[in-house]
Amino acid sequence: MTRKQRRLALIGTSLAVLAVAAALVLSALRDSIVFFSSPTDVAEKHPAPGTRMRIGGLVKPGSIERGDNLLVRFAVTDGKTDIAVRYQGIVPDLFREGQGVVAEGKVESGGVFAADTVLAKHDERYMPREVVDALKKTGHWQEGDQKGSGSGSK
Amino acid sequence: MIPELGHFALVLALGLGVIQSIVPVIGVQRRDGSLMRLAISTALAQFVFVALSFLALTICYVTSDFSVATVYENSHSTMPLVYKFTSAWGNHEGSMLLWVLILSLFGALVALFGSNLPASLKSHVLAVQSWIACAFYLFILLTSNPFMRLVPAPFEGRDLNPILQDIGLAIHPPLLYLGYVGFSIAFSFAIAALLEGRIDAAWARWVRPWTLAAWMCLTVGIAMGSYWAYYELGWGGFWFWDPVENASLMPWLAGTALLHSAVVMEKRNALKIWTILLAILAFSLSLVGTFLVRSGVLTSVHTFASDPARGVFILAILVIFIGGGLSLFAWRAPLLKQGGLFAPISREGALVLNNLFLTTACLTVFVGTLYPLALEAVTGTKISVGAPFFNLTFGPLFVPLLFAMPFGPLLAWKRGDVLGVAQRLMAAFAVGLVTIAIVVATASEVSILAPFGIGLALFVMAGAVTDVVERVGLFRVPLSVVRQRAAGLPRSVWGTAFAHFGIAVTLLGVVTVGTWASERIVGLKPSQTVSLSGFDLTFDGLVQRSGPNYRELIGKFTVRRGGLPIATMEPAKRSFESRATTTTEAALLTRGFSQVYLSLGDVNDDGSVAVRLYYKPLVLLIWIGAIVMMLGGTLSLSDRRLRIGAPRPAAKPAVQPAE
Repeated sequence: MTRKQRRLALIGTSLAVLAVAAALVLSALRDSIVFFSSPTDVAEKHPAPGTRMRIGGLVKPGSIERGDNLLVRFAVTDGKTDIAVRYQGIVPDLFREGQGVVAEGKVESGGVFAADTVLAKHDERYMPREVVDALKKTGHWQEGDQKGSGSGSK
Repeated sequence: MIPELGHFALVLALGLGVIQSIVPVIGVQRRDGSLMRLAISTALAQFVFVALSFLALTICYVTSDFSVATVYENSHSTMPLVYKFTSAWGNHEGSMLLWVLILSLFGALVALFGSNLPASLKSHVLAVQSWIACAFYLFILLTSNPFMRLVPAPFEGRDLNPILQDIGLAIHPPLLYLGYVGFSIAFSFAIAALLEGRIDAAWARWVRPWTLAAWMCLTVGIAMGSYWAYYELGWGGFWFWDPVENASLMPWLAGTALLHSAVVMEKRNALKIWTILLAILAFSLSLVGTFLVRSGVLTSVHTFASDPARGVFILAILVIFIGGGLSLFAWRAPLLKQGGLFAPISREGALVLNNLFLTTACLTVFVGTLYPLALEAVTGTKISVGAPFFNLTFGPLFVPLLFAMPFGPLLAWKRGDVLGVAQRLMAAFAVGLVTIAIVVATASEVSILAPFGIGLALFVMAGAVTDVVERVGLFRVPLSVVRQRAAGLPRSVWGTAFAHFGIAVTLLGVVTVGTWASERIVGLKPSQTVSLSGFDLTFDGLVQRSGPNYRELIGKFTVRRGGLPIATMEPAKRSFESRATTTTEAALLTRGFSQVYLSLGDVNDDGSVAVRLYYKPLVLLIWIGAIVMMLGGTLSLSDRRLRIGAPRPAAKPAVQPAE
């Protein structure tokens, strides 16, 4: 093999691997990303039942109900709209009424959001950023809600 | 007084840093030895002053001086002493101080142990190192001063975030930073080489041990973080593809690629430009990682709240160093002479393939981590890219890399014989195929990926063993000769074998846990029993206990296997009053390499308690693999040729050593 052929072989292989990677990334981006919505977005856009998404807001005070078999029902609110959420399992330590929460799952045909993951914040001072933005949009956010700053957890 | 001394020491370090940034470069231009030597003393002095500054901060934490803002925010008088120490870096300001401490430590080490470096290269390296240090000193002093005072001083602190009050997290950040910052040395060497417009095989020999040491620390640091998340976050996952985790994985991938390409450069004087580029990229990705974690632009399970000025400042550092580094590369790299030739099928070719897959895998992680940020900045749409994305992109790219791994070390330099290597790997192939057959035959209802993954892991392990067996001639020559050859084998050969074996061990753990982990989430009343994978756990009741700065509710469980009690498990919920926070303390029962994992959920009014019970087969292999990789790195680092340093280029033997 001449120097030129070797170089071409190298460049060819690299391009082939990069092309495969690009194809993988594009197909994965089409199928496996999850969009974030606020309860108002869900109410306004009526996503097709079964669409996977994340919703975020505050756990509406007085809305938590516990059923059999670790079933938890609660409402997520952005101050303007509420959405009912159903979750089976153990909620995080900091899952409380009036606190920020992010849930991932699907909207069922009845309009109830069936969550398979519920994330609460890790630190009582921190609010998930999506939740902050969702609350800001509806005007239910006051500066200073996020007491203290500069705390990190890693 | 002590915080002011610490602050002052840091300002002095900045002053020394500015001198070290400029004077050695002038020294090189004027060929003035005394100006160049100045960098050695300033590098050592910088380390001393940053260490004093860090010591001052530690004293503030240990003595609970709540007049210092960061101590007030992150400490509490009732906290156990060990966490008072570790909370010094369990927050933004302190961790940045730790970052510059490690940076100046590496600078001092180059100054001390770089006596065999050419004077001008050493001066340039120390100057570049100091540019980085100055940027971070300014960042700390201007935006994140850890010594800020509060007037009046509060009586009590707000306590460290309870999930950080853990010994795993005490060790995790320093190790991770040793890795991140360790790549700064490779970066400084790369920039120095570009400034000088000269680079040779000896350069790779100087850079390799630093990269290797950084890579080892990063490997163990990532593994520690993963184990911490596993037992502390209470849901038993070991890797979440969380942006903060990806931030540490990207430099690891680039650093792994750098280690391999530096081998080609050292042995064959080829791939020079690529190696320089990788050295710049590895540290750039460390900076990107710091930016992602410290600027608060990400939503992640490792939540951060922080102030935008810091984000902008780190972004500026990022742009200057990455942009500057890459521009210098584009301008100067064409000056570097091209290296030796090699056939596509050769050890060099295998290492190029390794680099190709590692950097591409790194790129997919980069896209997955930053795409949501870019999309939100451009269109305002919020998305989350989770595990499915990475499983679909990173996975397929890592499989061919792992499959090719046993071939590499067996191929000859310059021109290899892939069929000959395949013949020598016959035993390893057999091991892999037999494993696949056994798994397919015995396990039911698993995806085809599981037996394939396990077969691949065992193939890689057997391949690593084959490499050593072939070299010492086991089964071919008498045992005494084998012993002699094993003792004479370069340590780096053992290092390669260990590191490759280690990654296969990790893969085995990941596949078995991913396939056969079982899970039960149930509500239990006292004296009720739950069974999982042959273990019967009886809930004996709840007990209250109080710790130094928390109260905990402990669930007592008796574990039985085949009717016989084998252990008790005590998962707990800790509530920290100072932060009104609860943490979940999972209980782990280790059987061999497998673990039973039990964590408590909510306690209901009727006295029942929700529990999360997992059986994680061979889960410990995931982290043991990382330790094996680190052992491999240690062996390589103790290799004779790295210990005694680089020989003069003229003294290079014409014949390559047989390795």
